[in-house]
Amino acid sequence: MKPPPFDYHSPRSVGEALEILAATGRDGKVLAGGQSLIPMLNMRLAAPGHVVDINRLTELAAVTVGPDGVRTGALARHAQVERSGPVAAAQPLLRRALRLVAHPAIRNRGTVVGSLVHADPAAELPAVLTLLGGSVRLARRGAVRDVPAARFFTGPLESAAEPDELAVSALFPALPPRSGTAFHEVARRHGDYALAGVAARVRLDDDLRVAAAEVVCVNAGPVPELVDVTGDCGHRAPGTADWGAAARAVRDRIDPEADIHASAAYRRHLAGVLAERALRDAATEAAGG
Amino acid sequence: MFGEPVRRREDPRLLTGRGRYVDDLGAGALEVAFVRSPHAHARIRDIDVSAAIDVDGLVAIYTWEDLPASLAEPLPLLIPHPALTHGRTARPLARDVVRHVGEPVVMVVARDRYLAEDACALIRVDYEVLRPVIGPERAAGSRRLVHDDVPGNVGAHLVQEVPSAAGTGAREAIGAAPHTLAFRLDIERSASMPLEGRGVCARWDADDGSLRVYSSTQTSTSVRMAVAAKLGLPLPKVEVIAPDVGGGFGVKVMHPWPEEVLVPWAAVRLGREVKWTEDRREHFVSSAHERAQVQFVRVGFDGEGRVLGLEVTILHDHGAYTPYGIIVPIITSTQLLGPYKIGAYRVEFSSVYTNTVQVTPYRGAGRPQGVFCMERTMDRIARHLGIDRTAVREANLIQPGEFPYDQGMTFQDGRPLIYDSGDYPRSLRMLRELIGWDSFGELKARAAAEGRRLGIGVGCYVEGTGVGPYEGGHVQVTSDGRVHVSTGLTSQGQGHETVFAQIAATELGVPLERISVVTGDTRRFGYAVGTFASRAAVMSGNAIALACRKVREKALRIAAGVLEADPRDLEIVDGEVRVVGAPGASVPLATVAVLSNPLRYAFDEEAARATQFAGASPPDAPPVAEGEEPGLEGRDYYSPIRSTFASGMHAAIVETDPLTAEIRVLRYAVVHDCGRLINPMIVEGQIHGGVAQGVGGALYERMVYDEHGQLLNASFMDFLMPYATEIPPIETAHLETPSPLNPLGIKGAGEAGVIPVSAVIASAVEDAEGIPIDRMPLSPSELFDLRRAAP
Ligand SMILES: Cc1cc2nc3c(=O)[nH]c(=O)nc-3n(C[C@H](O)[C@H](O)[C@H](O)COP(=O)(O)OP(=O)(O)OC[C@H]3O[C@@H](n4cnc5c(N)ncnc54)[C@H](O)[C@@H]3O)c2cc1C
Repeated sequence: MKPPPFDYHSPRSVGEALEILAATGRDGKVLAGGQSLIPMLNMRLAAPGHVVDINRLTELAAVTVGPDGVRTGALARHAQVERSGPVAAAQPLLRRALRLVAHPAIRNRGTVVGSLVHADPAAELPAVLTLLGGSVRLARRGAVRDVPAARFFTGPLESAAEPDELAVSALFPALPPRSGTAFHEVARRHGDYALAGVAARVRLDDDLRVAAAEVVCVNAGPVPELVDVTGDCGHRAPGTADWGAAARAVRDRIDPEADIHASAAYRRHLAGVLAERALRDAATEAAGG
Repeated sequence: MFGEPVRRREDPRLLTGRGRYVDDLGAGALEVAFVRSPHAHARIRDIDVSAAIDVDGLVAIYTWEDLPASLAEPLPLLIPHPALTHGRTARPLARDVVRHVGEPVVMVVARDRYLAEDACALIRVDYEVLRPVIGPERAAGSRRLVHDDVPGNVGAHLVQEVPSAAGTGAREAIGAAPHTLAFRLDIERSASMPLEGRGVCARWDADDGSLRVYSSTQTSTSVRMAVAAKLGLPLPKVEVIAPDVGGGFGVKVMHPWPEEVLVPWAAVRLGREVKWTEDRREHFVSSAHERAQVQFVRVGFDGEGRVLGLEVTILHDHGAYTPYGIIVPIITSTQLLGPYKIGAYRVEFSSVYTNTVQVTPYRGAGRPQGVFCMERTMDRIARHLGIDRTAVREANLIQPGEFPYDQGMTFQDGRPLIYDSGDYPRSLRMLRELIGWDSFGELKARAAAEGRRLGIGVGCYVEGTGVGPYEGGHVQVTSDGRVHVSTGLTSQGQGHETVFAQIAATELGVPLERISVVTGDTRRFGYAVGTFASRAAVMSGNAIALACRKVREKALRIAAGVLEADPRDLEIVDGEVRVVGAPGASVPLATVAVLSNPLRYAFDEEAARATQFAGASPPDAPPVAEGEEPGLEGRDYYSPIRSTFASGMHAAIVETDPLTAEIRVLRYAVVHDCGRLINPMIVEGQIHGGVAQGVGGALYERMVYDEHGQLLNASFMDFLMPYATEIPPIETAHLETPSPLNPLGIKGAGEAGVIPVSAVIASAVEDAEGIPIDRMPLSPSELFDLRRAAP
């Protein structure tokens, strides 16, 4: 379990990083927190010729909170975002989701943006970005583009980031008024990737009736997908909305796979149970806060 | 000191990163990596190393053809048994056929492990892939063979029968019983999984012609013999040391591992220090697993639940080889009986080869499977009769007046299975009280009213511990007053440095701080068996006590001369020999140590001071009298006639989520009897660790092989060992029924915690769900399936 040989680069500026990535192309890999890349290297599942370590690019460590939401730089660690009060105030779903990501030691190293680029369908943050309609900012030599979540995740462990691109930040939009969120999951052990998980967002209208109800499920398909259940739960107050029908709709619309830990049927069932819990909690928060 | 909850003396070192494990040694050593078979079953057609030759830093590449005759043959089969008619072991490097994924094929030595792995990646092995045999049921009787010369893949077959007192056989007794039940049980594979894998570091001293080997082993003395024999070196020229070892749990008692002979061989051949550190992936596919069994049970019983006849047929998955014999299924067969008197018993097992990692003992060593069988049976009887589960057990327990109790079988040590002591009814009473068995019904009903599902479960076991043949202890008091204790068996974190020191402190009357303990270092003690079978405290503990008694006797004899007193009037307190009741009449042990060695010069203050006592030896007698030896030291051995039987009973309360099918252990209670307690804190620690491993086996751990013989979860990402977050607080009560078999009255405690846990959790989940639980482990996904299949 030692990595194959590679050239190690440690750029001191984003510009230098982009130069290296442009030169190395397909043969280069960005190293952020290393919590996913290093195991893959050690198991020789990945064999890049060049590893571009961005950990010295402190300019990318910023987490900024503005009226449009939370923007996390590429070096913002899970733990840093999880513990930030302003982040929790602007977008509480981030903290909720991050507490479900692995263990403190891993959250101290792993980065939010790295988790997005890694695009694991079992990961929490891609689901959050999708639910909130966020985006990832990608830079290459001489160009920057923002890719919305709906187009960013292209397959299991595949994202829209090209080999010569560096993801420099991600935007998690703030919630409109009278909205609430929740994240529920079931994992085999504390901190494990979830067997099933559901992030939910509910928005109420001026009469405090459900105007929008959406969920994104973890581990329910190749990429995180937004499931709109507004029509299923009925245009009613949170207390009387038909969350059971919404949960059934979620169950029917996802496509989980079986693995050694759980059958597809069980995952589907769990997603339904968790969707109902998450939608109720999100609606309660929307009504109360 | 004996019996006190002394804090573990090794912990400051181990917990602050100052432990020295094999991988911390040999900083400049060459490092080894192996090319291992990617196939479960294949014939090696060709090995092409040419592409690897150019790797910078490569030192050597060895295949089977390079090995000397002694290493080219199959490794020894450690514990032969007449029933093991077709024992098979692997060669250190595969010759022609590989029989499981992970079997070593090529050994690469390079400047470091990175380069060794780079070279491995460039070596091309051409395999003719053969169809593998996976799963014991498919293996048994199959025409597809793991070993060409083992028909039906059956390595061993053994039937043991114990008729009833009236001479009735089990089948007849079951046939005549008022009630009968028949069912099947399944237990999955797990593994020891020490946090430190295996590791070997070998130093060849060409000038001295001697070899020093560090191995992360549970038996350094046996590794030493194996290395000396395989390398053709004189035994005194080989030393083997087990430094700090990060857990063993059984897997490291297997020996010699291929790497344990190959690495020293390479060191001698290359004239360099060579080391190999197993990585986690290697540990998953190249060491050993355990537990997998299929059991078919038939039981006959009366209206009170008394078992009149029990017949168990076991299919035991032995993996690709049987290097450790058939110890595991033998222990299952014999320890299955637990604390019960069974009318008539028949047990039959077939041990079958499959193209998977070999099976050798893992903590509990076959007992968890046996206990699972017996305790599931007890619960089935209770359910069938509609009576309380503890009442059924009560009705079958051996009574305190019935010891020594002969179960009429032969135990793993080849001795009769005779329980030495215990108080099982009392243990069960204590357990019921501890967990609140009698009031659980109300708790369950209250929870049910809130939509919650609770269940309670129970499980009992008896564990043969402290198997022979022997261990020894050496105790030396040096002229600085320090006491040096050594024993040949090894430590893997159990706390031996503490408990052996407690024993010595108690026996010698010396403060704990002055005592140091060394284990597993053949330079200090050459004769030993090893650490397994919950035997260290019983075996070495008693041997050290006996050695201390020799030292004490000698000290008193010498001191008596100096103090002009009768040895019977002397005591040793705080490191001083004193005349009882005569304050001031005393001599420090340090001084006695000096006097024990009649030298005419002194090196330290103590020695100088001692000269005031010297000169008393009569001029016409030799300075060292006949039958005496210089020095204040003693060596002794303890060799028991048979094992001593510890016991325990566990209970748990679990909650199952009606919607998500998650299973949570809310409470876990243990009543534990390991005879006299040397250190209750350490015993509890052992129990906690054991229960944690048991919870792993009950709810999380399994080795998932696909039909091609690939292990699908060979990493900690997917092989789920419970974290602290999955382990409930453990409540423990101790019962002490001393063993009459050894001077200290102790029984083993190392494996106990793990033994009944699967049975207990199954019992509790069954109680919560009302669905029979017949297999372990049980995941939420499987519970979900069981619910859907339930009528
Ligand atoms: C034991 C364990 C448990 C875990 N459990 C969970 C869990 O429950 N949920 C969860 O979501 N995650 C989990 N993770 C993964 C963890 O969250 C990782 O930190 C995360 O997936 C990747 O972030 P990183 O910064 O470590 O990325 P790295 O490992 O450094 O990189 C991952 C991939 O993303 C690419 N990459 C990273 N940053 C950039 C960038 N700025 N621009 C372009 N490419 C980039 C890398 O090239 C690489 O391909 C777990 C990890 C471990 C080790």
